Amino acid sequence: MAEYITRRVLQALLVLTVMTLLVFFGVNVIGNPVYIFASSECDQACLTAIIKDLGLDQPIWRQYLTFVGNMLQGDMGKSFTHGVPALHLIFERLPATLELAFAALVLALVIGLPMGVYAGLRPEGIGAKLIMSFSMVAFSLPVFWIGIIMILTFSVQLGWMPSVGRGDTVDLGFVETSLLTLDGLHHLAMPAFTLSLIMMAMVIRLARAGMREVMFTDYIKFARANGVTERRVLGVHALKNILIPIVTVLGMEFGGVIAFAVVIESIFSWPGVGKMLIDAIAVLDRPLIVAYLICVVFMFVTLNLLVDILYSLLDPRIRLGGGRA
Amino acid sequence: MTAVLELRGLQTSFVTPAATIHALRDLSLTVQRGEILGLVGESGSGKSLTGFSINRLISPPGRVTEGEVRLHGQNILALSEPEMRGLRGRKIAMISQDPMMTLNPVLRIGTQIRDALLAHEKLDKAEVRRRAIAALDEVGIPAPEDRLSAYPHQLSGGMRQRVAIAIALLHQPDLIIADEPTTALDVTIQGQILALVQRLCRDRGTALIWISHDLAVVAGLADRVAVMYAGRIVEEGPVDDILDAPAHPYTQGLIASVPVPGQRGGRLQQIPGRMPLLTDLPPGCAFAPRCPRATEACATMPALTPVNSTRAVRCVHPLIKGAEA
Amino acid sequence: MSAVTTAPAAGSARDLTRRFLSNPGAVIALIVFVGFCIAGFGAPWIAPQNPYDLRQVDILDSLMPPGSESFTGMTYWLGTDGQGRDMLSAMLYGIRISLVVGLASGLLALAIGALVGLIAAYRRGWVDTVLMRIVDLQLSFPTILVALILLVILGRGVDKIIFALVVVQWAYFARTVRGVALVEGARDYVEAARGLRLGGMRILLGHILPNCLPTMLVVATMQMAMAISLEATLSFLGLGLPPTRPSLGLLIANGFDYLQSGRYWISVLPGLVLLAIIISVNLLGDRLRDVLNPRL
Ligand SMILES: Nc1ncnc2c1ncn2[C@@H]1O[C@H](COP(=O)(O)OP(=O)(O)OP(=O)(O)O)[C@@H](O)[C@H]1O
Ligand code: SF4
Ligand SMILES: [Mg+2]
Repeated sequence: MAEYITRRVLQALLVLTVMTLLVFFGVNVIGNPVYIFASSECDQACLTAIIKDLGLDQPIWRQYLTFVGNMLQGDMGKSFTHGVPALHLIFERLPATLELAFAALVLALVIGLPMGVYAGLRPEGIGAKLIMSFSMVAFSLPVFWIGIIMILTFSVQLGWMPSVGRGDTVDLGFVETSLLTLDGLHHLAMPAFTLSLIMMAMVIRLARAGMREVMFTDYIKFARANGVTERRVLGVHALKNILIPIVTVLGMEFGGVIAFAVVIESIFSWPGVGKMLIDAIAVLDRPLIVAYLICVVFMFVTLNLLVDILYSLLDPRIRLGGGRA
Repeated sequence: MTAVLELRGLQTSFVTPAATIHALRDLSLTVQRGEILGLVGESGSGKSLTGFSINRLISPPGRVTEGEVRLHGQNILALSEPEMRGLRGRKIAMISQDPMMTLNPVLRIGTQIRDALLAHEKLDKAEVRRRAIAALDEVGIPAPEDRLSAYPHQLSGGMRQRVAIAIALLHQPDLIIADEPTTALDVTIQGQILALVQRLCRDRGTALIWISHDLAVVAGLADRVAVMYAGRIVEEGPVDDILDAPAHPYTQGLIASVPVPGQRGGRLQQIPGRMPLLTDLPPGCAFAPRCPRATEACATMPALTPVNSTRAVRCVHPLIKGAEA
Repeated sequence: MSAVTTAPAAGSARDLTRRFLSNPGAVIALIVFVGFCIAGFGAPWIAPQNPYDLRQVDILDSLMPPGSESFTGMTYWLGTDGQGRDMLSAMLYGIRISLVVGLASGLLALAIGALVGLIAAYRRGWVDTVLMRIVDLQLSFPTILVALILLVILGRGVDKIIFALVVVQWAYFARTVRGVALVEGARDYVEAARGLRLGGMRILLGHILPNCLPTMLVVATMQMAMAISLEATLSFLGLGLPPTRPSLGLLIANGFDYLQSGRYWISVLPGLVLLAIIISVNLLGDRLRDVLNPRL
């Protein structure tokens, strides 16, 4: 077990290193930020000063080492456009994105699980067919397009839902949230639902497949043969078996959801890190871009690592086996 | 005194749009209090299906299409599903074939026992624990307190089967259906489990249906035996009488294929041919294609006919005089 | 011996075609898809206007609703966009780009993935282990994240988005093809071919590859739908294609700004076309899977 965890941690560190290399070198080869800072009257001396100031006169590997060194101390450079530390900006915006992603996760489970379970219990019924079509559509249609149609329908035509921003937020001291005000929830509903669609489709499929498999197992028959109530057979004995793969997949997907929030935040003008990334790309704010990408990759790799370890702890069947197949 | 269980003309079928397969036909059986009935037959002859028909747990598209299942004289096929659930585990319990599969892999042993207890009794936490420990103790599980928090995979196959038996015995049922509960275990443990079940049933007067494809196991355990072939009972009676003088050619074939202990190297006489598929039954006696005594008269289905006051056979040319159908 | 070495025929082509066409949904999907292909690839000849030739576009005609008539007497059947471009023409060109990107990236990814999968299945051992580790790693990353990183690094351009889409897709093909090839490689006729000491290449290309084709076709169809959808998403974000080569996604993005003011057609019409393409390709893939019944 300890060996498995160590191996998994080392693997995660390797992936992180490779990704920082890729992101750093990649991003530092495009564009030339000097011109963003230099006014038109700036002469050669002035240019050199800016280059030196930004550390761009150093060889690139040197820049990388400096970059990694600084990063380990929590410094990812100053945003070119905002003039404040990039990490600072990210942490300022991150709660909005996490809130959105978290709400999407909850929606995917709360809506998707019952739908999938139902479809798995009555696979031949018309309800199951409808649910599976919904899952296919939610999975294959571009999410941004669904978001646009929702805005057109519920905001522009019907005027029921706001389509821009977070609405009223409550300051909890350490973080602001729109989860605690009606207006905030009202604003959150459409973007969170749109973002949840892909996960929801996945939950539906996994729950349906899991249910169909589990209902034919001996242990479900045995539980029924012991007179255990149908509610408990379904709600505990069956559900607990299908929940493990679902939670695993959701955990693995969460990083992807945060990346996907870029799309949703652009459509609904949600003031999170994703929207900030798109703005930063438009003005070639390299430190901010790099900081965003590294943060998301870091979150993603860490989450995967945690899910893997948790999974091996949670599922009693593989706990002794050490690792998944 | 009414019998604990009486099956009358039971027919179980799989009904699909494409075809209807009658997997059990004209099945009649009686089990008295404290009696052990051995149900033997080749794989696919319908033994397990008989067990599941009794407690109404056949998975669709299968269902009981004709006949009656009487428990203490009451036809339980007429009960509502909640009423039926009230009987399962309380009046009729099951132990099934594969101890690896009968316990839910993601629930602790204690939870599974608790669910079975609470299915029929209102108990507080302490009582549940006391009863669970007592149940595990009774089936000879060492250190039962510690087992409650274990997961099934942490127990050996024999231990798991003991847990399953403990669960089946929780409510002192009137009837236990044991579906080949020792097949998956190694020989010494088989013997232990056999002795355990026999003792517990004798002590309490529990009726037991012991399903097996192994006549030798049934010979040492059962009071009476019913031999099944292709969904029908072909011979039924006290186990010693039948072993001494089988009336049905199929029973004779089964006895001849049982290896005799201590007589090594002797060639067993396997019955030639295979059991026909249910979709492809010959008219009349289903055993006819393999039967050495078959004549044209066998092309009409013989009825299950009494040989004497305790025995019956379904054969046109039985091996015992005075029993011609 | 020669009889053993021929691969088993997987139903005649005519038979498969008939089974494919027996499903009305699949036929409609096929007609829709072929229709869009013709419209897209014929855009330069069909379109009333070359929307990227500034001399043909009149800014005074901007934001006209569908059916409006221009100053010069030309009818804008589907309206115009913010720059006065004919939407019908812009969409025809957009379909062309979306299809080109989807097809090109799918085919390239297929070629690379199939090669990797075949090599892994054929060589087994450490080659297989290493290649599949890379595939697993690639697949563990969310496609959108990989595509975002690559496009941020590479910038805009048709070649760049195709590259990014190939990177996110090849691993699916590699894994699928390896799976099928492993099964096929264990079959009698391949064993027989090995027995005849046919060269590795000949066994791979002559025996194993043909039997992977049905599976590859199904996966490729599904992947193409995904690629078109992802390209639209990225272009919508302004990350994929340059404004000079607008795909459907970029057209939708351009129209998005006008959505609130009720000028729905600029966004919704290209969106509907995108929808129709993606759904028809998905339906085709579903039907192919039913008919070819590959081991997925
Ligand atoms: N879902 C089904 N559809 C059609 N027939 C079925 C179905 N399930 C079971 N059967 C049929 O019911 C018959 C009886 O099966 P059953 O499991 O009772 O056999 P068995 O005597 O217990 O055999 P074994 O010794 O292998 O456990 C089989 O011949 C099988 O063909
Ligand atoms: S009825 Fe005929 S075929 Fe059947 S067992 Fe008896 S003798 Fe044999
Ligand atoms: Mg059985």
